[in-house]
Amino acid sequence: MSSVLQNLVNQPYRHGFVTDIDADVAPKGLNEDIIRLISHKKGEPEWLLEFRLKAFRHWLTMTEPAWANVKYPKIDFQDIIYYSAPKPKAKLASMDEVDPELLRTFEKLGVPLHEQKALAGVAVDVIFDSVSVTTTYKQRLAEVGIIFCSMSEAVRDHPELVRRYLGSVVPYTDNYYAALNSAVFTDGSFCFIPRGVKCPMELSTYFRINTQESGQFERTLIVAEESAQVSYLEGCTAPKFDTNQLHAAVVELVALDDADIKYSTVQNWYAGDENGVGGIYNFVTKRGLCKGVNSKISWTQVETGSAITWKYPSCVLLGENSIGEFYSVALTNHHQQADTGTKMIHVGRNTRSTIISKGISAGSSNNSYRGLVRIGGKADNARNFSQCDSMLIGDRCGASTFPYIQVHNSSAKVEHEATTSKIGEDQLFYFAQRGIGTEEAVSMIINGFCKDVFTQLPMEFAVEATKLLGLKLEGSVG
Amino acid sequence: MTTKTILEVRDLSASINGVPILKGMDMTINAGEVHAIMGPNGSGKSTFAKVLAGHPAYEVTGGSVLLRGQDLFAMPAEERARAGVFLGFQYPIEVPGVTNSAFLRLAYNTVQGARGRDELDPLEFDDFVQEKLALLEMDPAFLDRSVNEGFSGGEKKRNEILQMAVLEPMLAILDEVDSGLDIDALRIVASGVNRLRTADNAILLVTHYQRLLDHIVPDYVHVMDGGRVLRTGSKDLALELESRGYDWVAKEKAGVAA
Repeated sequence: MSSVLQNLVNQPYRHGFVTDIDADVAPKGLNEDIIRLISHKKGEPEWLLEFRLKAFRHWLTMTEPAWANVKYPKIDFQDIIYYSAPKPKAKLASMDEVDPELLRTFEKLGVPLHEQKALAGVAVDVIFDSVSVTTTYKQRLAEVGIIFCSMSEAVRDHPELVRRYLGSVVPYTDNYYAALNSAVFTDGSFCFIPRGVKCPMELSTYFRINTQESGQFERTLIVAEESAQVSYLEGCTAPKFDTNQLHAAVVELVALDDADIKYSTVQNWYAGDENGVGGIYNFVTKRGLCKGVNSKISWTQVETGSAITWKYPSCVLLGENSIGEFYSVALTNHHQQADTGTKMIHVGRNTRSTIISKGISAGSSNNSYRGLVRIGGKADNARNFSQCDSMLIGDRCGASTFPYIQVHNSSAKVEHEATTSKIGEDQLFYFAQRGIGTEEAVSMIINGFCKDVFTQLPMEFAVEATKLLGLKLEGSVG
Repeated sequence: MTTKTILEVRDLSASINGVPILKGMDMTINAGEVHAIMGPNGSGKSTFAKVLAGHPAYEVTGGSVLLRGQDLFAMPAEERARAGVFLGFQYPIEVPGVTNSAFLRLAYNTVQGARGRDELDPLEFDDFVQEKLALLEMDPAFLDRSVNEGFSGGEKKRNEILQMAVLEPMLAILDEVDSGLDIDALRIVASGVNRLRTADNAILLVTHYQRLLDHIVPDYVHVMDGGRVLRTGSKDLALELESRGYDWVAKEKAGVAA
């Protein structure tokens, strides 16, 4: 039985190929010259260079966080390439000018870039290593006033918006990796939904790391003005290398009065092999600011990749009656380590938050939930409900829960529930005794376990996530 | 008509973690029969049930079991289930987030498929399962609840019998189906089981208590101890055990041997 479970979890990674493409690569290492080089290559305004340099100088004074429940060798930040862009870097007038090798890459990944072939109703921005290579459906979105483009274009075409909001939710002083990102970010997606506009389609960014020694430091900024609504999807993959790549992104969301932002991630970075060699270090800062009254920000994540995940998509609930939600499935296998969760910071009155976290550990992996619920002194009648469930597959993996609850207002109500269950011999035997084989049993148990999160995902993502978990677990149970 | 033999157990030995539990079991079960196994704690009753169903923790160390003439141990657990072996669990597991109806339908369709019969879509299955619910006086709301999650002990046992009703096994092994049941629940479960009895299937009850056998009357009662059957008799044997306990059986057996 053991071997059946093993085979089930040990499905090979399907996105592990490398695209052979000419790249414009900066020399390894990090110093002010490199930052000036990045800024220069991107033709940035002076204020942005200043922002980068301030962040870099601040970063130099900081030390790497060591509190997460993960172990890895010290990262040599001078041994990383901070800029890698596929050539030609010339501005593309249409999709036809995109390097066919790139198009093939994304087709192989199941991300069609030709608009006519694209998934109905999903606009895609594609980030390849350090730069955005294309954004689809731009025109159609522009007709309703929505700006959806790469961060580089936004800096060029909408500098005032970028300047107003960049770093307003995650300041460069926030944490070690946010400071690093602020210094060296190369691209990312920018999305602006003006007042009263409900985005007519799902927006999506697809991130791909290709170069072996490059880091990916993208920066995503989404602003929803009064009564605006948007649903945003993010997908990630990377080739298989036997070295580790660093991914340190920052995502900032701003929701004004009555605005609603839904941000969904299916993260499938390369996780390393079955012995824990290679894989992405995913050290990401994601935060949403519910700035306006009645605003709502909802994070949904399905985390299946990366050698190490360090990620806490959070909500700052500033506006009265604002709502923060976090729905998460984090799956680890082999030697993967995940320390992930959320922060719900209740500042305004009548703010509400919901946390549903499902951790699945298989192989020799280690999966931790770490979450903070803070109710500020002025957050009268704030409410939080947290549910943190762990599932263990086999007996070599680990699951931990670290809930932090800080309540400074006596009218608050905070609930925390946690369960641990496992898929072992007895669970599988029960299914087998009803005629159901191991693979179907595991898939049914896992999908049942994750149901509360999957129902939050947009339809197509939900199907993808279900399949992905199945693939990831293939061979792990028994 | 010749009787159809469903299960033939010969000199069966089995162990768990290297510790022998079954030490030479013999039993023959024919179609249309109800057998009951009784015996003190640790006599090997539940182990026998799990070994027949194919629990991976147990190792068969000797002997043979034929299911309708086929080598039972050549089949993994799920194939045995598809071939018509059903185990009603003493402690059914909970499956959060998976509805009872989805689980039942998957099990049903898998078993039907293996028998070369048509599968049912969700609507057809719903009609089918409603009848079975009535048999066990179960509220249809059961179907929408997660498998066994938050069920009382009695509800879990009823749910086991519901699965039996849906899967229509050739051999149903019910491991302490009466434990944790109040008298009303026992009556309902027993009447459900009785209505599932046919001339073509067989039932093997594992129990501690004679009271179950007032409701499901066995054709044979086997007394187990030390990993084998010490004595086989009619339903009267159960009554005798109830009044005299188990000790005398072992002593008598020892006396005979001596």
